Amino acid sequence: MTFPPLMAALVLAATALSASAEDVVVYSARAEQLIKPLFDAYTRDTGVQIKFITGAEGPLMERLKAEGQNTPADMLLTVDAGNLWQASHQGLLRPVQSKALQDNVPAHLRDPGNEWFGLSVRARTIVYNTTMVKPSELSTYEDLADPKWKGRLCLRTAKKVYNQSLVAMMITEHGEPKTEAIVKGWVNNLATAPFADDTKAMEAVANRQCAATVVNTYYYGRLMATQPKYPLAIFWPNQNLTSKEAGVHVNVSGAGVTRHAKNPAGAQKLIEWLSSDRAQNLFADNNLEYPVNPKVKPADTVAAWGSFQPNLINVKEAGSLQAQAVKLMDRVGYK
Amino acid sequence: MSVPEGSFPLPAAATAVTAPQKRFRVDGWVLFALLLAALVLVPVVVSLSSFARIDGSILSHLSEFVLPELLVNTFWLLLGVGFGVTLLGVSLAWLVAMCEFPGRRLFDWALLLPLALPAYVTAFVAIDLLDFSGPLLSWLREGWGITGLPEVRSRGGVVMVLSLALYPYVYLISKNAFATQGAMALEAAQSLGLSRTQGFVRVALPMARPWIVAGLMLALMETLADFGTMAIFNIDTFTTAIYKAWYSLFSLPAAAQLASVLILFVLVVVVLEQRSRAQMRYAAVGRSGVSRRIVLSPVMAALACLYSGLVLLLAFGVPVAQLVVWTLDVAVQDLDARYWSFAWHSLILSGLGALLVVVFSVLLAYAGRQRPSALMRWTQRLATLGYAFPGAVLAVGLFIPVAALDNALIDLARDWFGFQGTEIFKGSLLVMLLAYLVRFLAVGFGPMDSGLQRITRNVDEAARSLGTRTSRLLARVHLPMLRASLSTAAALAFVDIMKEMPITLMTRPFGWDTLAVRVYEMTSEGQWERAALPSLAIVLVGLVPILFLTWRADKLRC
Repeated sequence: MTFPPLMAALVLAATALSASAEDVVVYSARAEQLIKPLFDAYTRDTGVQIKFITGAEGPLMERLKAEGQNTPADMLLTVDAGNLWQASHQGLLRPVQSKALQDNVPAHLRDPGNEWFGLSVRARTIVYNTTMVKPSELSTYEDLADPKWKGRLCLRTAKKVYNQSLVAMMITEHGEPKTEAIVKGWVNNLATAPFADDTKAMEAVANRQCAATVVNTYYYGRLMATQPKYPLAIFWPNQNLTSKEAGVHVNVSGAGVTRHAKNPAGAQKLIEWLSSDRAQNLFADNNLEYPVNPKVKPADTVAAWGSFQPNLINVKEAGSLQAQAVKLMDRVGYK
Repeated sequence: MSVPEGSFPLPAAATAVTAPQKRFRVDGWVLFALLLAALVLVPVVVSLSSFARIDGSILSHLSEFVLPELLVNTFWLLLGVGFGVTLLGVSLAWLVAMCEFPGRRLFDWALLLPLALPAYVTAFVAIDLLDFSGPLLSWLREGWGITGLPEVRSRGGVVMVLSLALYPYVYLISKNAFATQGAMALEAAQSLGLSRTQGFVRVALPMARPWIVAGLMLALMETLADFGTMAIFNIDTFTTAIYKAWYSLFSLPAAAQLASVLILFVLVVVVLEQRSRAQMRYAAVGRSGVSRRIVLSPVMAALACLYSGLVLLLAFGVPVAQLVVWTLDVAVQDLDARYWSFAWHSLILSGLGALLVVVFSVLLAYAGRQRPSALMRWTQRLATLGYAFPGAVLAVGLFIPVAALDNALIDLARDWFGFQGTEIFKGSLLVMLLAYLVRFLAVGFGPMDSGLQRITRNVDEAARSLGTRTSRLLARVHLPMLRASLSTAAALAFVDIMKEMPITLMTRPFGWDTLAVRVYEMTSEGQWERAALPSLAIVLVGLVPILFLTWRADKLRC
């Protein structure tokens, strides 16, 4: 070795553990506790080792960008189509031709250019206090802007990508001016300042600070598991399928193969496996999400919330319109 | 002999006693300081290079709809937190260092405990307990029909939480100041006919100013760069706008440009503060012996005890009790053998990082003493700016050049030896530790610099006249006098690194998850109750340096 030995030891400590050709290296913005069980199962099934590192989406993407051709990462796993679209838009992913993925993932939940694929579905819906609201009073997301909800609405912060995606999808349906009016209506109806997370918003609804809110269903599932007495229920909005506002807002967590993957075939196999019957229940049930693969049934807890018609517009719109949505929310003072 | 700060380099004769060899040393100190500042400036320079691509639409959007409110927020938060930490920190330091009251010896170290508790954890607990749905307001509402109380999710709430979380910086550093000069100063003041209160306000407080300000600057820089607490309160500050530009509008250049503005602001404040006390000298007149403490009247002693106890309860007792309750719920599910490795990684990274920070802080502060000049002063200021940088922006600002260096080296290594790997420096502990150094140098430098100012230059001259060389002067004379500052710097750096998230997330090698990373994993999914377990573990491991600090202090006293 030509380097001074101590230096080399410090520097190469990590490299010594470097991936063998078979291993798959994953950068994940999905939390460790939600993915490790799956990776462990994959290793048991196939013998392939998975090395992964977790982090926030923005820094992980910058990391991929800075590493360029010399990235160790084969696969990027993240939540929200907005982030997946950004990764693809910034040239961090590569297209994957896979019959299995075409079959397992519905068209509106994957990239039309095949750079990323949804792996679990997250529905963002209305949760209301059953002692304060009759289900017949509820209809659509848009209706929550109506003055009859004045002082009765709670929302999570506009800084969360889930709300940005929801507003972005509304822009595709209604255009920007009408969406802006709707979001302004929401802000006018707020009972209190937006919350930092979905759970806090639902707690406020349960404690009658407000009557209804908009959350991802798995937060509802988690909260009800610890607080079964809360008078909360799920309402599926926008189910009038003849109108233009058809469908519950859905989003995905998903994955793509990185542009400079060292083991693209291994990464593709892993994504295919994640979309398969075998993995889908593990993937979705672990976090009370919906399987993306239509052949796989959701967990019993999740199925008990009833079925709904999802919005079928391709979730990539959440990405392409995200910045527009953020600016719109800033303009109407949605914090 | 002493030179006003901010003046130009001394004529060589004043410091360099003899020979050209000495001249070479002059260059060594200056060169060292410049290199260190250059390292810290790497992320700043990366940020500034973003000015090549100005995204006008994002900046004009932010300045129209976002900036006005967040500037007002930032202003009030700085004012409120500055007032809060000074009030709590100085009053507690004075009581503990100068007065005798029941429980004083306990409070002496226990009041440091909130340091081990990340501010975002205190914030979450505060909201959980004090918001509309929390137990207190529910009880008042349902039991007594009381409504209309102020909302905790407000500027006032943030000020409360950050004051409780950050006062230990001021407390720890100014306690050292009072302990080393307070009694003597006060005796002198009283012998001149001032009352005890007058003595405190007119003599002890002004004499402790560099220490108080050093702690205050740390607290304010932390407030400015904070993202976690603000996110939990959903309060918009300058730093949240930086993250908005990056995470929501996907413009890292715009984020970096805003970060540069933030850094410039901090630099201006630092310069103004130093100018305002440029003509003062803070050397202690001599070595103070074991001071006689002020014996408080029974009523005052009880009040002192009650006050210290209340602060400790609110800043540490209540949050930790809540963490314990949550942990009991999740420990069965989440606690496994991996926690040993998480704790070990936290311990080793914080330990090595703190060591690095302390060594470089001593050298940087010492360089300033050896070669006082305007250039040196500027170099020191620049080298300690990393603390005000929003963590994730700093992390990426360091990662980009390291990755570029790696890419160049890997290409060479591939051509020359057929190297197959993808990482040389990135993904090694070396990069991580350097990043910690850049971020936390201010935490070590503050206590070291103010500690050095206390040592009169007579000591140096006496030692020199006996022919002592600089390195021996530092090792034999100064470092022993700086023990309190050294352990303060080490403890602050240790707990700060342990709580740190963005750098750890971005630069850790595969498999190097720490306790803070665990907290991140849980909170990123909104699972705060599950984050209680790693948070509590951070507190436990963070106790190590705090107990060490206490043990050291006790040993010194005997």
